[in-house]
Amino acid sequence: MATHIQPSGIAAEGIAGETARPPVRRRRRIGSAFEIALLALLAVVMLFPVLWMLETAIKDTRDIYAVPAKVFNFGPTLEHLKDVFSPDSPVFSGFQNSVIVATASTIIATVLGVPAAWAYSRFPIPAKKDQLFFILSTRFMPPVVVVIPVFLMFRDLALLDTLQGLILVYAAFNLPFTIWMMKGFIDELPAEYEEAAMLDGYSRFEAFWRVTMPLLIPGIAATAVFALIFSWNEFVFSIFLITDPESRTAPAAIAGLIGGTTINWGLVAASAMVFALPVLLFAFLVRKHLVAGVTLGAVRR
Amino acid sequence: MADTLESPPTTAPAPTLEAPAAAKRFRWLTDRWLATLFVSPALALLVFLSIWPLIRLIWLSFTDYSVTRDVPESFIGFENYVDVLTSPVVQARALTTLIFVVGAVLLQTVLGFAIAFLISRRARGRGALTTLFLIPMMLSPVVVGLFWKFMLDVQFGVVNSFLDSLGLGRVEWLTQQRLALLSLVVVDSWQWTPFIMLIALAGLTAVPKYLYEAAEIDRASEWFKFRRITFPLVWPLLLIAIMFRAIEAFRLFDLVYILTGGGPGGTTETLSYNVYKVAFFGFDTGRAAAYGILMVIVVILAAQLYLRYLDRLQGR
Repeated sequence: MATHIQPSGIAAEGIAGETARPPVRRRRRIGSAFEIALLALLAVVMLFPVLWMLETAIKDTRDIYAVPAKVFNFGPTLEHLKDVFSPDSPVFSGFQNSVIVATASTIIATVLGVPAAWAYSRFPIPAKKDQLFFILSTRFMPPVVVVIPVFLMFRDLALLDTLQGLILVYAAFNLPFTIWMMKGFIDELPAEYEEAAMLDGYSRFEAFWRVTMPLLIPGIAATAVFALIFSWNEFVFSIFLITDPESRTAPAAIAGLIGGTTINWGLVAASAMVFALPVLLFAFLVRKHLVAGVTLGAVRR
Repeated sequence: MADTLESPPTTAPAPTLEAPAAAKRFRWLTDRWLATLFVSPALALLVFLSIWPLIRLIWLSFTDYSVTRDVPESFIGFENYVDVLTSPVVQARALTTLIFVVGAVLLQTVLGFAIAFLISRRARGRGALTTLFLIPMMLSPVVVGLFWKFMLDVQFGVVNSFLDSLGLGRVEWLTQQRLALLSLVVVDSWQWTPFIMLIALAGLTAVPKYLYEAAEIDRASEWFKFRRITFPLVWPLLLIAIMFRAIEAFRLFDLVYILTGGGPGGTTETLSYNVYKVAFFGFDTGRAAAYGILMVIVVILAAQLYLRYLDRLQGR
């Protein structure tokens, strides 16, 4: 065996230092603990408002206004949550209207958007890219600006203060998103499936309906859930196009709670919680598509 | 072997090909017709509720129309535009908006990227952490605005309560001139930091591991790896998120409406909020239309820039 020339000290740990363990990086372990602590701190800061509102919703009215604020030792109550659903609650009809508006507008946007997305994906349509860009650009327009002419138009068409009008606006508002999102899903499906079906005697339309559509169902579901969330959360069109307290949607009704001189924060918190819960639930269901969803279908990974 | 090369069975000549019933039924539906049929209803709705209002807005912007007066509008040329562009109030609001957009986007980018970076370095619990961090983003701006209005309340707000017990005294978060805009920046960042985080995280997890392994072999420092591998690879995606947020922040309205109502003294009045005041309190519809058109031009330009960049990125 040849003698190795090796630095002193290493020989004790192994032959030629080959099996010697590298020095433990203690600094990295400290760094890692620091990172975890930082992450925990950020998580607390980000989640605190949500937890605080949740707590306020189940807190005694007296404890809500306590100074200094009571974080743990408060008297719990379900009073505020009951108030939200009581018959004379100012927000309950808002929730009903929101369900109607969000559902109907999502259905319209999906029914119009899915076939359009398929056509944009499969056919050579003149100036396709420009059309698609244009479609998405409409979604970026400031709502406060768009609402001015829409308000005048709805006044002429007697659509102000009606849910139908709001449904139409929300459908138009969700359509660009539906088209972009669905086009992404359809682009991922090989066109060869349809071609094979057509070789077997289907027409193009039937190939779309019987072959592509069933494969698109998960994508459509995810897209519809996002459209549902967007219309559920929408606020600007709602307050300008509907002034009648009977037909306004939940966001407008909840915002209306802080209009008076005294604010019942317990009721505000409880309504906000009831309002936000379905959104969080739905968002959790579509978490896989969240990146595409929140960028209006423009970014896909 | 001869028997593998069997001659084709000689049967009767194939019957003339006939399209199956289904194909015959839809024969009139040529591709071109189908495309038109599928695209036009969607475009019709958009034209009805996006383009037509826009055209009407352009027309209104050249008139002195007002919703409350019942006289027909008269054409006044570019007067509204000149008014809006030379108005010192509008210029002040534009500056406010600029400060808000830059401040909010900067804050949420730094925070969002930091959180994403920290999460991406964790091996376990990544999914659960991400889900928790994403909650604020999914909430309605109304809910977010109300949460924070309550928490920042001077008397019984929890933020002031904490500050008080620390002996720092109470702060008028939403009613003090300079602080109000800062509060707006903080609240908007609270809601949208998760957005940047989500996209940055998508970029971070897509960085190939072998690059780090190669750098490791070269004994590169953590900082070097971050500067030369992580950041350059995530930057394009991050830029997309930043542009998206900038457009959204520019047209922000609901948060201002709920939190401060433009006050105190108009210091938190963004352009969107100012348009609303001109249109629905001043009843100066023509002027608001011109104002709105100018905003739309800015947004459309920014959106085009954003989409072209996105397209180039995905084309690669």
